[in-house]
Amino acid sequence: MSWVAWKMLTGDRAKYFGTVFGVAFGVLLISQQMAIFVGLMRRTAHAAIDVRDASIWVMDPEGKNVDEVKPLSDSDLYRVRGVEGVEWAVRLYKSLARARIDNGEFRQSILLGIDDHTLIGAPVKLVAGSLADLRRPDAIIIDRPGYRLFWGDGPIVLGKTLEMNDRRAVVVGVCDTTPPFQTFPVMYTRYSQALGFAPRERNQLSFVLAHEKEGADPQQVCQSIRTSTGLAARTRSDMIWFVIEFYLRSTGIPVNFGITIALGFIVGTAIAGQTFYLFTLENLKQFGALKAMGVSNGRLVGMILLQATIVGCIGYGLGIGMTSLFFESTQGVTALMGFYLPWQVAVIAAGAVAVIIVLASMISLRKVLILEPAVVFRG
Amino acid sequence: MVASVIDQPSTAAPVGPSTEVCVSCRGVVKEFGDGESRTRVLHGINADVYGSELTLLVGPSGCGKTTLISIIAGLLYSTEGDVILFGTPQSQLKGSKLVQFRAQNVGFVFQQYNLLPSLTATENVAIPLLIQGQPRSKALVKAREVLEAVGLGSRANQLPSQLSGGQQQRVAIARALVHEPRLLVCDEPTAALDAQSGQVVMDLLKRVAVQAGRAVIVVTHDSRVFTYGDRIIEMADGRIAEPGSTQH
Ligand SMILES: Nc1ncnc2c1ncn2[C@@H]1O[C@H](COP(=O)(O)OP(=O)(O)O)[C@@H](O)[C@H]1O
Ligand SMILES: [Mg+2]
Repeated sequence: MSWVAWKMLTGDRAKYFGTVFGVAFGVLLISQQMAIFVGLMRRTAHAAIDVRDASIWVMDPEGKNVDEVKPLSDSDLYRVRGVEGVEWAVRLYKSLARARIDNGEFRQSILLGIDDHTLIGAPVKLVAGSLADLRRPDAIIIDRPGYRLFWGDGPIVLGKTLEMNDRRAVVVGVCDTTPPFQTFPVMYTRYSQALGFAPRERNQLSFVLAHEKEGADPQQVCQSIRTSTGLAARTRSDMIWFVIEFYLRSTGIPVNFGITIALGFIVGTAIAGQTFYLFTLENLKQFGALKAMGVSNGRLVGMILLQATIVGCIGYGLGIGMTSLFFESTQGVTALMGFYLPWQVAVIAAGAVAVIIVLASMISLRKVLILEPAVVFRG
Repeated sequence: MVASVIDQPSTAAPVGPSTEVCVSCRGVVKEFGDGESRTRVLHGINADVYGSELTLLVGPSGCGKTTLISIIAGLLYSTEGDVILFGTPQSQLKGSKLVQFRAQNVGFVFQQYNLLPSLTATENVAIPLLIQGQPRSKALVKAREVLEAVGLGSRANQLPSQLSGGQQQRVAIARALVHEPRLLVCDEPTAALDAQSGQVVMDLLKRVAVQAGRAVIVVTHDSRVFTYGDRIIEMADGRIAEPGSTQH
C-alpha cells in the first residue's frame, strides 16, 4: 500500500509540487534567517574569533564587550605574566580610528595593535603582502573589504597610503578576516605604532592576550588570573560568547530575527499544512473507498505519514539547498561575506519541518480517521 | 443426536445453487442521530440473499436501500438485529475483524466509480490484492487478466480520466472482482450512465460477476435494468414491500 500512497501523492504534479514547495519555502525562510542571525552574532565577536594563537583574554572587569573596554596599565600586563600557569602574555590594542585617504575622505576604521615582537593576534589569511613587512615603519595590513572601500575594485596594489591622527600609514598587506559587525575596515599594525595612530590617552592597553603553560587547563589559569590580579580573564570561546551575549542582551537583533524565524515557521506550517491538508481533503473520497475495501485505520495512518514524510524530506532538501545556494552566491557581497549555513541550523530546520509535517498530517489524519466508510455510497 | 444425523441429508441436500443463503438479515433496524433528531430508517428488515444469483434491491429514493447494503457489507453497524454473512453473525465481527472481513470477502461497486485518479486502470484493479498483502507484480498480472475479462484489456494503462463513464464503471467492476469476493455489493452502478453503457455494465455483472457461491446485490431504482435480476427485493419506507402489496 506504500506504493499506492506514493502514487496518490505524486499523481497530481501541480499539487505535489505545491506541497513540496510550501515546505521548501518554510525551510528556506527558517534556515536562511537563522544562518544570517548566527552570522551576525559571529561578526560581533570577530576580534575574539580572529585571534587564534592566544587562548586567554584578560581585560578590565568593567568592560562590557570588546568595543567598550576600560584600558589596562602596563603593570597589569606584568602582573598577568607573573600568574602561575601563564606561559606568556602580550598586549593587544583595539579601538576605532578615523582614516583619511588622499581625496580627503574620512572613514571610521577598526584599528588593532598587536604585540611588536611576537605579532600575536596577526591576521591568519593574507591575500597580498607578507606579515613580516608589518615590522617596517608606518606599516599596516588592511582587510580586503576595507581596501576595496578606500581604493576600489582594481587589482590590489601594495604601498597605498592613508592618514590616521595626522600620521602616514602604508599598506603592506591585505588580509581576509571575520567581517566585523559594523562592516568597518579592519587595520592591523604593531602595538607601538597603533598608539601613534590613535588620539593619546593615559592608558592604552585594551587587552592582554595570554596562553597557559603546556598541560595547564586554560579555565584554571583564567581563575588564577582573576584571583591574583582582580582582572577579568576568559578563555577564547568564553570571550566569544561574552561578546555575543552582550549583543543578544542589549540590541533588538534577537527579537527581530526571532520574529522572522517564527514567521518562517508559521508561514511554512501554513503553506505546507494547508496544501497537504487540501491534498488529503481532495483525496478523502479515495481514502473512503480504500477504507470500505478493507484498509485499516492503522494502514491509512501509515499511508498519510509516508506521504507527509516524502513531502517533508524533499521539501527540506530543496529548502536547505536554496539556502546554501543563497550563501554560496552572496559570498562576494560585503554585507553577507563569511555568512554560511551552520550544520546546527540545518538540524534545527529539519526539526522544524518534522513539526510542520506532523501538524499538517495530524489535521489530515483526523479527517480520515473519523471518516465513515459508508460515505462512499453517498454522492 | 442420531436422529439429526439421519435428518441432515434431506434438509441440506442441494436442490440447486439458488437455495444457498449467503446473507441473511434478521430484524435489522437502523436509527440515525441522537435524542430529538433520532430517526429510524430501517424498521426490522428480514431478507435473504442467495448465492449464484443476481439480487436486485429496488425501491424509491430515500427508502433505505443504501443504508441496508452498507450494513450488509459491514460498513455500518445495525442498531438492532443482525446480519448472518456466510454463517457468521456480523455482531461477532468487531473492529479490525470486520475490516479484514471486508478486505477478504466483499467487493464494492459505487455509483461514482471511486477509482484513484492517479493510478492506471490495471493499478486500480490491483488494489484489493495489494490490500490483502499480495506482491505488486503478481497483483498487477492478475488485475490485467480481470481487466481483459471485462473487455478493457486495451485500456489497461490508461488513467480513469482517459476513460468514459461506462469504461470506468467496468474498471470498478474488475476491481470489485479481482480478489474473488463471496459478496459483491453495487449501489446504483448504472445511475450515472447512459442507457447503453448501463446495459453493458448490467450484462457484465450478470455474465462475469455471478458465480457459484457468490452473492451479488445490485441496488437500483432504474426500471430499465429490472430484467437482469434473478430475484428482486423491493423496499418501501425502510421495510420490505411484499410482492404485490406496494400500494398502501
Ligand atoms: N448518516 C446518516 N445520518 C442521518 N440520516 C441518514 C444517514 N444516511 C441516510 N440517512 C437517511 O436515511 C434515509 C434512507 O437513505 P438511503 O439509505 O440513502 O436511501 P436510498 O439509498 O434508498 O435512497 C434517508 O431519509 C436519509 O436521509
Ligand atoms: Mg442510495
